[in-house]
Amino acid sequence: MLEPSASLLACHTGNKVNSGFNNTIAVAMSGGVDSSTVAAMLKDEGYNLVGLTLQLWNQRRLAGHHGMPEHVQGRCCSIDDVYDARRVAETLGIPYYVVNEQERFERDVVRPFVSEYLAGRTPIPCSLCNNHLKFDQLLVRARQIGADRIATGHYARNDYDPVRDRWILSRPADTSKDQTYFLFGLTQEQLSRTLFPLGNYCKPEVRDIAAQHGLALAAKPDSQEICFIPGGDYKQFIDAYLEEQGETIPDTAGELVSTSGEIVGHHAGIHNFTIGQRKGLGVSSPNPLYVLQIDHDSHRVTVGSGGEATSKTVRTRDLNWISIPELTGKMRVRVKIRHRHEPAWATLRMSGSDKAEAIFDEPQRAVTPGQAAVFYEGDEVVGGGWIV
Amino acid sequence: MTVMRRIYMDANATTPLLPEVLEAMRPWLLENFGNASSIHQPGQQARAAVERARTSVARLLNCRESEVVFTSGGTESDNLAIFGLIQSGDHVITSSIEHHAVLHAAERLRDRGIEVTFLPVSSDCRVDPDEVRRALRSNTKLISVMMANNETGIIQPIEEIGKIAQEADIWFHTDAVQAVSKIPVDIQAIGCDLLSLSGHKIHAPQGTGVLYVRRGTKLEPLFFGGTHERQRRAGTENVAGIVGLGKAAEIAAQSLAEGKVVQLAALRDRFEAEVLACVEGTGVNGAGQPRVPNTTNLYFNNLEGEALVIALDLKGIAVSGGSACASGAAEPSHVLTAMGLPPERARASLRFSLTKLNTQQDIDDALQIIPQAVSRLRELAPVNAGTLG
Repeated sequence: MLEPSASLLACHTGNKVNSGFNNTIAVAMSGGVDSSTVAAMLKDEGYNLVGLTLQLWNQRRLAGHHGMPEHVQGRCCSIDDVYDARRVAETLGIPYYVVNEQERFERDVVRPFVSEYLAGRTPIPCSLCNNHLKFDQLLVRARQIGADRIATGHYARNDYDPVRDRWILSRPADTSKDQTYFLFGLTQEQLSRTLFPLGNYCKPEVRDIAAQHGLALAAKPDSQEICFIPGGDYKQFIDAYLEEQGETIPDTAGELVSTSGEIVGHHAGIHNFTIGQRKGLGVSSPNPLYVLQIDHDSHRVTVGSGGEATSKTVRTRDLNWISIPELTGKMRVRVKIRHRHEPAWATLRMSGSDKAEAIFDEPQRAVTPGQAAVFYEGDEVVGGGWIV
Repeated sequence: MTVMRRIYMDANATTPLLPEVLEAMRPWLLENFGNASSIHQPGQQARAAVERARTSVARLLNCRESEVVFTSGGTESDNLAIFGLIQSGDHVITSSIEHHAVLHAAERLRDRGIEVTFLPVSSDCRVDPDEVRRALRSNTKLISVMMANNETGIIQPIEEIGKIAQEADIWFHTDAVQAVSKIPVDIQAIGCDLLSLSGHKIHAPQGTGVLYVRRGTKLEPLFFGGTHERQRRAGTENVAGIVGLGKAAEIAAQSLAEGKVVQLAALRDRFEAEVLACVEGTGVNGAGQPRVPNTTNLYFNNLEGEALVIALDLKGIAVSGGSACASGAAEPSHVLTAMGLPPERARASLRFSLTKLNTQQDIDDALQIIPQAVSRLRELAPVNAGTLG
């Protein structure tokens, strides 16, 4: 019923881009069902595989610090996940290694994550990780072990288009699993060396394939949360991390103000807020109030009703283009401004060096600095940037 | 996949069981299955086998049979020595280059409120006996310093430390896991009260070990149960394992007497000299110090040791980087860090440790592969680009 080979070979054979690459692929294995199934599928294809797990964070590191429990049950790089990945590799008969990327992860993902929150923005660690660890460093690791390409369990499609002479990232068959939002930063060089074998499959099919290969983790639950913050309490994480580092949270306590400038309350620090946040504002009001704006100079947090929390424009910086070499003039796109956001129609144009702005047809709620804005044309990712 | 010739150069991690050792063990796994504590004949046979092994170990170490306690390995021996002696109010002296079995046990004591001094080492990876003397306090109960370091192979001045302990009338434990069978280990010369030995580092099976405990040393057991091992280690004896350890001890004693370790040192020295000659930007960590004959710890500038370990493994050569953390990922070596190596050099270092089964052919083949692997990684290494501070 399933033909794993069709999808993979279609996009990675018969064109000039493939010609220079060898048959060895490094599979990024997290111990979850998706990446394990990727390994099984590619093994069937006859590729020479090496399994790699990036050890990114030590879950026990902050145990006991500032409100963190003594025994942290987390998913990221947990010993259990590494055991699962190792067992899959052993079942498939492929070499497998865990490589230590903890220093790089802390420097490129955890530190910026904490700094962004302290500055009143709402970062996406997954995109940082994809840009710096999953693709950049993983490709280096892959080439060090003799693999020209990598494969991951992301739900996305990646095909070479000979007409445009570009690698095109597009939404997967299983749109409920779409991870293209987190992948907007991939360069053409990275895309040319990356396989997303799950792009044409739906999650239940993936579980079936895993079961057919006798992989014991076929029924393992999906991970949802930020991997290094078990339970998802990022405030507690930031407190514990800064305590461990011997640093104190900068005092950013300030006023809560209404849209008319009236002081409606006080808050303990801007890192407790994210644009669009409704809970935990500490203000009572007949209508639900949302965080509209966070000013990191005055530490003032503006709150208002839902209708006021919309923006007509999203401004972005640090752009990456995928389906086009550069943006000239105006382009009609749909823009996604957070992971669970339904992309909204907008007109996109450059607004400066490495800056672009999109004007929405309909104002959008909670345009949040620090998040990514990703531009789509149909299912294709045109590109994206970081919201300022 | 083509069948790859495998070259094992990681003896300090473990050594293969010798065929003679397996043969000695076989009857005790099959027909002679008795419990060494039983009254009946099968039990008595097992008891006799255990005691013969004890004699072999006592001869290898130059101690009394009654001072040999069989354990499950080096880690248990180290833990038994440390937790068995120390009570609240005591002070312990150890070094910062100990194996984790000692280091983490000592840290555990410290967490429980025991005073622990972790002696530093200089760049030569040697504990300075004068530092030991200076660290002594009125409540010092135990000094634990290893005989040879597992990562660099460097031999510690334990006879001098033994004298200091004797003069101060405190207990001296040495983790001799990486020394036994590689250099002569004479307990009377060392003057230690406790000494740890691991079976699988001397071609005996994994899961076997010894703690030597000098007669008269009051030691609280780790486990409670039967009266095995003179009430020092409860639990039915691993008869086959102990027999294997006894046989391995006999073979080790014989090898030492025949000077086989001199050949091993010559092989290691040739390997080391060739690598240094063929590969630019390399050097020996702890150069010029007395070392066990099988070990060399080399740094390769401008590459990550972890990547080289993997690259060499994929070419069939088994070596080791720093120490492995729980997931199996390599961590920067605490030993090299304690020696004051800059982090990038600690990360760029690999341990090659030969077994006495390695041949000149192994060395020649490895020397075909290593320079190529190093230059390939250096071409790709991001280290040059400065991404790894």
